[in-house]
Amino acid sequence: MNSRIFHIATNTFREAVRDRVLYNLIGFALLMSAAAVLVGQISIQIERLVVINLGLTAVSLFGIVIAIFIGIGLVSKEIDKRTLYTVLSRPVRRWEFIAGKFFGLSGTLVVNTFFMAIGVFAALAYVSHNFVSSDVGVLVALYFIVLQFVIITALALFFSSFSTPIFSAIFAFWLFVIGSFAQDLRNFAAMTHGLTRWLAMGAAYLVPNFSALNVITQVAHGEPVPSQLILINTAYALVYSVAVLSAAVLIFERRNLK
Amino acid sequence: MIRSRQITAIASAVLLGSMASAALLIRSMDRARPEAITQQMLYVSSPKLLKRLSLGYEGLLADVYWTRTVQYFGTTHSRGGGNYKLLWPLLNLTTQLDPHLIPAYEFGETFLVAKPPQGAGDPEKAAELVRFGIQNNPGDWHLYYDLAFIYYDQKDYRNAAQTFLHGSQMPDAHPFLKVMAAQMAQHGGDFETARMMWNATYQTTHDKMIQANAAAHLRAIQVDDDVNALERLVQKYQERTGRFPLTFSEMIAAGVIKGIPLDPLRHPYRLEPGGVVVVSNPDDLPFLDKGLPSGYIPSVVPKLIPAN
Repeated sequence: MNSRIFHIATNTFREAVRDRVLYNLIGFALLMSAAAVLVGQISIQIERLVVINLGLTAVSLFGIVIAIFIGIGLVSKEIDKRTLYTVLSRPVRRWEFIAGKFFGLSGTLVVNTFFMAIGVFAALAYVSHNFVSSDVGVLVALYFIVLQFVIITALALFFSSFSTPIFSAIFAFWLFVIGSFAQDLRNFAAMTHGLTRWLAMGAAYLVPNFSALNVITQVAHGEPVPSQLILINTAYALVYSVAVLSAAVLIFERRNLK
Repeated sequence: MIRSRQITAIASAVLLGSMASAALLIRSMDRARPEAITQQMLYVSSPKLLKRLSLGYEGLLADVYWTRTVQYFGTTHSRGGGNYKLLWPLLNLTTQLDPHLIPAYEFGETFLVAKPPQGAGDPEKAAELVRFGIQNNPGDWHLYYDLAFIYYDQKDYRNAAQTFLHGSQMPDAHPFLKVMAAQMAQHGGDFETARMMWNATYQTTHDKMIQANAAAHLRAIQVDDDVNALERLVQKYQERTGRFPLTFSEMIAAGVIKGIPLDPLRHPYRLEPGGVVVVSNPDDLPFLDKGLPSGYIPSVVPKLIPAN
């Protein structure tokens, strides 16, 4: 990473911290503590399951909300505050600005996820009193969640490069919802014929496949995640994010900022 | 500055006062329309739709529905049982959302199979639930055990024996499943088989509630057995003296028994007119078929004394 991208990324991270983004950790800590203490009293034999399911779901949803709501303002806020012009008047290329913003927000989400992961494991230790070998799966699920954040951040940044914050949020959120149904879209395409089949198949491959990146229920039951899937998901998240960021750069390069 | 402090104090007081009033008003509302609290319903009854609405987080949703099932069963049970109409839909939603949620099958079938008012009294649905569990968790021998228990409860000893046999072929299956299969095929309906079933349940679970339930059933079987034996001795006394004994002391004096007989909780048995043997503390011994004092009405919620 060149120094200009690094500086933009560091500033984006600092700005997110200044915007009190990490305050969500307090809410998360309260949620996990309540779950660990209360579930045993209101349900039967699912304490571990709830801690893993609730913990990972909360990590995922908190992160997605942060990625969307911070990501959509990354470019437009700089334009509104006119700080973008100061940045671009220096020897910083537009693509470096996009890349820096992307790494800054992704870094914020990784740090956020790291602290939440500590919370999940602390709650797990509280309800189980020990760790088992299958708990490694929780780390894999957390890694996949980070991959989801990387894609969502890229998408939010992409929409932010040409649209208003409100529309960017709507587009990013709907892509997240549609991406959760990517497998259903492919199944639907397989049942149709002709042009509909091609359109449905095209849409299924175009939207991000979030269903493959969600192994929460699987790891909650202690089922192993194949190492091949870890490799493929990593490659998919990287390729997809690079594609979306490239599209963002293409648009932003041509955007008239005057 | 003073003005600002005054406003802060007034606003804080108004905030606290309003919130407290709102809470009191909600309690008044509850009292005014009690049916609104007890009325329970399912907003979404289709598992497929619910799974899609969960956006891939169906594991957490299944946990929520399982907790709701436990709460629903507990609330209905504590109100005296009766109508458990939401029990099956809730269990169906839970297990469709997460087909690997084993506690939902193990406890769910118990809730469904128990006779009203203790449960829904629907063994067909209980068997359907556990069969779905086996379909999705074919290697879990506990589910075969649960299904066999349902068949046994229905006196379908042939299917119970077959299910025990299937379960015994699963990896890590407990060896008693084979014994149960043979026992069921030979002596489906006798006391000894029932004792073995509950003993196996007691020994293969770590759940305190299931252990207490199994212990209560084992005590009930013991009492049934004791009462049969004691009533045979009472008959013997009657044949010898021409009348029924009024107390066990008379039987001891006659040399028919050696001491006052005790139930599994170490309380003495009692004799009622006509030589009927009964337990002295029936509330502590649920699930009894015999030995209940005349006129005794069992409690709606059985008292499960922790297993020792």
